[in-house]
Amino acid sequence: MQWSDEGIVLSSQAHGETSTIVEVLTREHGRHLGLVHGGRSKRLRPVLQTGNLVRAEWRARLSEHLGKYAVELLEAHAARVLDDRAALAGLNTLTALARLLPEREPHQPLYDVTKLVLEAFSEGEHWPALLVRWEFALLDELGFGLDLDECAATGTTEDLIYVSPKTGRAVSRGAGAPYADKLLALPAFLLPGNGGGASPSDRDVADGFALTSYFFEKNVWQPRNMTPPQVRERLVARLCG
Amino acid sequence: MARKVAGPEIEQLIQLLARLPGLGPRSARRAALHLINKKDQLLAPLAAAMTAARDKIVICETCGNVDTSIECTICADPRRDVSLICVVEEVADLWALERAGVIKGRYHVLGGTLSPLDGVGPEELSIAGLIARARAPEVKEILLALNATVEGQSTAHYLMDQLETCEVTVSQLAHGVPVGGELDYLDEGTLAAAIKARKTL
Repeated sequence: MQWSDEGIVLSSQAHGETSTIVEVLTREHGRHLGLVHGGRSKRLRPVLQTGNLVRAEWRARLSEHLGKYAVELLEAHAARVLDDRAALAGLNTLTALARLLPEREPHQPLYDVTKLVLEAFSEGEHWPALLVRWEFALLDELGFGLDLDECAATGTTEDLIYVSPKTGRAVSRGAGAPYADKLLALPAFLLPGNGGGASPSDRDVADGFALTSYFFEKNVWQPRNMTPPQVRERLVARLCG
Repeated sequence: MARKVAGPEIEQLIQLLARLPGLGPRSARRAALHLINKKDQLLAPLAAAMTAARDKIVICETCGNVDTSIECTICADPRRDVSLICVVEEVADLWALERAGVIKGRYHVLGGTLSPLDGVGPEELSIAGLIARARAPEVKEILLALNATVEGQSTAHYLMDQLETCEVTVSQLAHGVPVGGELDYLDEGTLAAAIKARKTL
């Protein structure tokens, strides 16, 4: 068995004195682990930093084996954000959450968005909104996507400002007014087809994180008996606190 | 199964030596043979030194360094600058900085870095002790000498947040081109960090 693919390093753990078990989110082969001989060497340690984009060649005798990776650096995303507190926390959040994906199942659309977010970390100030969108895409890939196309009560596509915590569907201002205190705020930048609008405000980003936090907790962390990644909580507190 | 070549005591010596970093079964066998050949000059003093170390080694209550007294040699040294605390991940890092002889202050050993994957959170590290030391009036600067890795820098950023309430200057090691490093051979990450941290001459 052998394949070559592009991927994002999600984690690397020391194995023995010289090797590393690396977890890579690849485009065609999904989240895939493999052993890197010499992964703890001076040459490979910078390459295997979390968040880096690599070219990975995987070999194993049988497909179900752990296998061995040969990796080559394509983009050193980690090094670019090491000094930026918020962006590094964003990168850590992204890689921690990406580990929720099932192993060895390709998620190409999410992978492409992940690359965009990683590039955005070192390029500007708009990455928090992108990260929220990425979390929505992740929820979708995990099977818990939200339906924001139309109002769950009236079917209208106008003035959608709430999300029902029960169904994960959008609710319009008029239909949601009597239950406003029970509904979750839906920031406009998350609405379908609203990607090119004005830059989301800090309030919008905070509402977006609150929304994803709620559905991660309800559908992912609680059922799996997991706690949310601390780094995500610190990031949200930093960005929205 | 490999045939045994010596008695159980020697086999055990080989097996234990093979568990040391840098030694495999073959090199452990060579080391054991060397010790046996130099029984009086090497094996006996080594055994005595190891027994003494086992009995006396303690962790410094102040900084987390290993030594043979509750207050380590560095913390007890009155010539050290009390206004500077250099924070390191492990004792090995402290020893590396001491070899270079560039830190005149004292140290604080965290005991690792934040790593959700390994279940290491702030509670598992010696952070509360650092904050308490940073609040002492004589302490003016905390130097974060953590590795230039994602885990190391994430921990540094966490410490910066925690130290915000202390009246100290927080600094950290520079990242960039190592001494003797040729640009042609440096990885892209190091080059990017070096460019980002460039200084005006």
